[in-house]
Amino acid sequence: MKHTINELEDIVSQVRRDIVRMVHSCQSGHPGGSLGCAEFLTALYFETMNHSTDFKMDGTGEDIFFLSNGHISPVFYSVLARAGYFEVSELATFRKLNSRVQGHPTTHEGLPGIRIASGSLGQGMSVAIGAALTKKLNKDHSLVFTLHGDGELQEGQNWEAIMFAPHNKVDNLIASIDYNGQQIDGPTEKILSLESLQAKFEAFGWHVITSNGNDMENIVKTLEYAKSLTGKGKPILNLMSTQMGHGVDFMVGSHKWHGTAPNDEQLASALSQNKETLGDY
Amino acid sequence: MKKYTYTEKKDTRSGFGVGLHEAGIKNGNVVALCADLKGSLKMDAFANDFPERFVQVGIAEANMIGIAAGMTIGGKIPFTGTFANFSTGRVYDQIRQSVAYSNKNVKICASHAGLTLGEDGATHQILEDIGLMKMLPGMVVINPCDYNQTKAATLAIAEYEGPVYLRFGRPSIPVFTPADQKFEIGKAWMVNEGTDVTIIATGHMVWKAIEAGEQLEALGIDAEIINIHTIKPLDEEAILKSLRKTGCVVTCEEHNKFGGLGESVARLLTTELPSPQEFVAVNDSFGESGTPDELMTKYGLDTINIVEAVQKVIKRKK
Repeated sequence: MKHTINELEDIVSQVRRDIVRMVHSCQSGHPGGSLGCAEFLTALYFETMNHSTDFKMDGTGEDIFFLSNGHISPVFYSVLARAGYFEVSELATFRKLNSRVQGHPTTHEGLPGIRIASGSLGQGMSVAIGAALTKKLNKDHSLVFTLHGDGELQEGQNWEAIMFAPHNKVDNLIASIDYNGQQIDGPTEKILSLESLQAKFEAFGWHVITSNGNDMENIVKTLEYAKSLTGKGKPILNLMSTQMGHGVDFMVGSHKWHGTAPNDEQLASALSQNKETLGDY
Repeated sequence: MKKYTYTEKKDTRSGFGVGLHEAGIKNGNVVALCADLKGSLKMDAFANDFPERFVQVGIAEANMIGIAAGMTIGGKIPFTGTFANFSTGRVYDQIRQSVAYSNKNVKICASHAGLTLGEDGATHQILEDIGLMKMLPGMVVINPCDYNQTKAATLAIAEYEGPVYLRFGRPSIPVFTPADQKFEIGKAWMVNEGTDVTIIATGHMVWKAIEAGEQLEALGIDAEIINIHTIKPLDEEAILKSLRKTGCVVTCEEHNKFGGLGESVARLLTTELPSPQEFVAVNDSFGESGTPDELMTKYGLDTINIVEAVQKVIKRKK
């Protein structure tokens, strides 16, 4: 391992501080899903992926990642900055005028680390499949990782992509689902139930594994296991249970913090629960 | 009037198919995707000769656009192929976010555009696609006029870096442009120089504009005819130069009068050189079933409609 679990957890603590501070500063954005995926993105960029922070759009010879549920941009930006793609001070410009750190991730302003715009939901898996096909054509044996919201799976384009990948043996793709059971208007089971995602993906021909996305050791091991499953004819789906708002007690498990910014008092409380480890931006 | 003749009629989609195949020979990074319309898009030669570079996505156009956007990451040059309706309206948000806003080098190639798709009717006859595509920042919009020009355009866009919408059609129409032409994106083609009126035409309407020019000559009207194959970026210089000479214009397109070439020309002229303009275009309507010729007549896109529009617009000149 490149890092110990403790070291990774320290990074996560700082990422959580970044998330709530970014969202508080502009009084907009999506803290809930961001907090819930802090372990996953930290594991991916600090442990799992072979990647270069000297950003090149083509990503040749390195593992690449696509965030399909673009609204959890705070966690993506924080992890990219903390990994070294750009200065952490730039996080202070999140959602502000003339910033590269846009509300939703985009290539448009040239922020290093972003390879596709996302925000309008349901498009990331198709894009990732395309990148995976190109890697195969280029005889590039590195991998493509993605993250999708569970509510996002209500978008139909996902199922076109989910059908395509096994048929075409896109086995250099590891997709993860942020399975927190919440979406803006309420619990997914009330809005439009997902039923068994495992059974659905398996029926489409994916190799499905499950994980606890808020347990660092578990997610690191799961992603290593997922990598060992690549190249065997099937795309891999990591059905990753998470808690929306994980790490901030008053945000945990509620859709109310999907897209709401904390006030000053709430920010202080959130920061008191996550120690400063790498230095605030 | 310069004389234009033809020895054969061919469909523009076949020009695309041949151009795509040739682009595939020239550049190993060219890849092609289709959504269960390989035959209709004339993509068989490419698929047969480069099976590893051909992606059959099935009836899933949104996924096709996303995959194409992703394939550019790593240096591929994807050409997507389906009918114009399913290439644009059906996948507008995918094109907007994953291709245009993300500035991906995707070539969206759309056949069966407009009324001349014919018998399938209005569900398949998109007349709004030029408008949809030209509104996207950075999108190049091209609508070639015959087989040879479509082939040349296909080769040209393979060498251009950035998103492109290439629109062509189903019916066989006269082949009248040179086989060895060099296609320059954004550069108007002067079909005939004249002094009384400018006729600006795109796609299938260019041949009709030539026919109209011949009829107008017999009526003593000397028409300048310009082929605008690239609707965006528009060759503003060529249009203004012509209008300074003729003082009035008729625009011709197989598209809704709202959002098409005519409106692009009107926007230019309103700001730079206000001039009388008449529109030969579909009058804010859906199409219907019928043969291509019957439909072009019923919806006012025939040679006679151009002649009448010219007579009308000349009367409006001061």
